Amino acid sequence: MSKRLSWFIILVLILGYFFLYGPIVSLIFFSFNASKLVTVWGGFSTKWYGELIGDDQVITAFLLSLRIALISSTIATILGTIAGYVLARFGLFRGRTVLSGMVTAPLVMPEVITGLSMLLLFVQMQQLFGWPTRGSLTITIAHITFTMSYIAVVMQSRFSTLDISLVEAAQDLGARPLKVFFVITLPIVAPAIVSGFLLGFTISIDDLVITSFTSGPGANTLPMVIFSKVRLGLNPEINALASLIIAVVATGVVASTIYMAQAEKRRQRDMQMAVQANE
Amino acid sequence: MSNDASIQGGRLRRAPGAQSIGRVLRALGVQPRLAVILIPYVWLVLFFMIPFLIVLKISFAELAIAQPPYSPLLVCADPEISSTWLCFVEGKISVHLSTKSYVGIVSEYGKPFYDTLYVRAYWNSVVTAFFSTILCLLIGYPMAYGIARSSSTVRNLLMMMIILPFWTSFLIRIYAWMGLLKDSGVINNALIWLGVIDSPLSMMNTQFAVYVGIVYSYLPFMILPLYANLEKMDLTLLEAAADLGCKPLKAFFVITVPLSLPGIVAGSMLVFIPAVGEYVIPELLGGSNTVMIGRELVNVFYQNRDWPAACALAIAVLILLVVPITLYQYYQNKEAEAGK
Repeated sequence: MSKRLSWFIILVLILGYFFLYGPIVSLIFFSFNASKLVTVWGGFSTKWYGELIGDDQVITAFLLSLRIALISSTIATILGTIAGYVLARFGLFRGRTVLSGMVTAPLVMPEVITGLSMLLLFVQMQQLFGWPTRGSLTITIAHITFTMSYIAVVMQSRFSTLDISLVEAAQDLGARPLKVFFVITLPIVAPAIVSGFLLGFTISIDDLVITSFTSGPGANTLPMVIFSKVRLGLNPEINALASLIIAVVATGVVASTIYMAQAEKRRQRDMQMAVQANE
Repeated sequence: MSNDASIQGGRLRRAPGAQSIGRVLRALGVQPRLAVILIPYVWLVLFFMIPFLIVLKISFAELAIAQPPYSPLLVCADPEISSTWLCFVEGKISVHLSTKSYVGIVSEYGKPFYDTLYVRAYWNSVVTAFFSTILCLLIGYPMAYGIARSSSTVRNLLMMMIILPFWTSFLIRIYAWMGLLKDSGVINNALIWLGVIDSPLSMMNTQFAVYVGIVYSYLPFMILPLYANLEKMDLTLLEAAADLGCKPLKAFFVITVPLSLPGIVAGSMLVFIPAVGEYVIPELLGGSNTVMIGRELVNVFYQNRDWPAACALAIAVLILLVVPITLYQYYQNKEAEAGK
């Protein structure tokens, strides 16, 4: 491109990444601050990490969040994969537009409205059937519902770019539709399913608004605990917690990026070998 | 393909089970295809459609001293009949719809309709979301452009760095700004130390802080669709323009920008729509003087315990968002069709 533009673009990129990462770096930096006044440097210390590990409220909340995220993203992955498959592969059927609308609507719905509507449903259900009691179960149901939308969109785009010839070959050889799905389709889209699951997991473990609406007494997830602490002002323990979360996420993202790049290379090599073997 | 016999064997073993599910379903008179469609359908109707209808229903109720705190929509004329169903059979039921909560949005004692708390909250939310979207676009477009035009290794690294903050906690990223913006925060300390200012600037609990929070949180949502679009662009068009004597800057506005319009729309909607209903950012960074509709909704619901009013606000927000949501989906469908 033109040289006249490029210095401007480079400047914006530098400033943009500084804007994105500056706050995170400062957050991590001050987590090692000995002073209780988070932003006034009082010497190096790891004592807030120690306090964090001893904080039962945080640990309990973390375990609850982890449990909810694991259960809800597993179920959401199953439902989202089915929804994505139906939307991408079943052609036109009656009610397709409604299904497609219901899948994408939660993605663009403001969280306060989703949360409010879910809460009102649970209140109504409890009135009519005496079930479910608000708590981790209702949070899980809410999380399944809105994370499955994200997963369904990921899966829909994966299924619609699927190489149809493999499926047709299996059908020609006499495989039944369900068998084709489990033996051919599912293994091919497995990487997309994994990334859908991870996406659902991240969204679930991070959600505050919908969770607060659908939660009941005693069920406090990690974001709820963080929010209640942060509302009162800066808290060095939260800096320590945030740094740990960022460290885990960064390791995960970098590792998975490297893994996926290698898997892609391996796949291409395998395909080349297969082509050569056929020749 | 067939050299990996062990895996294939495993897959084949699983298959008869799957086949027998199909047989069982057919024996029960259910088409497997229909059953597959029904699974996500039923879930979404139950947990997305019905909740929404309940919100709609309660928005037409009136605040009442009851548990839950709203008046019933179906009223029986004969108080002797206890069951709603019996009352319906007897034909004595009447529907009681109230628009009080909707009227409540635009009426406040001693104020014109355009200056009530909720109308101001709406207006402020839309304005804030609008300018945040513009800011995200102004920052995000050159970034996405720069990333899309980098070499492929650099590009993947830069994209990973855009996505990385998205995987970390949203709440924590907002919290990070609390430490930067407050009176004794990092920015003020640095400016005072440098001698630029004498007394701290008050940035926390202002509209400015809300803007910073929204732009910071939603910038990746602007960059992702823009990048996806710009990366696919046919660069020979720009070469052709240059050959024909078009200046680069002009080529950018005449060719690149119009071609990236779907990306611009998708990114803008992904920022604008959630920003309108934002709750956490104004709550943590905006202080008590920024009124935004998401926050008012939560306050009405939890503090005033006025469920019908909260539901009416929710419906009103959705009506407000119908246009951007439709626009977004229209461009998404167009993209999806173009991709095929």
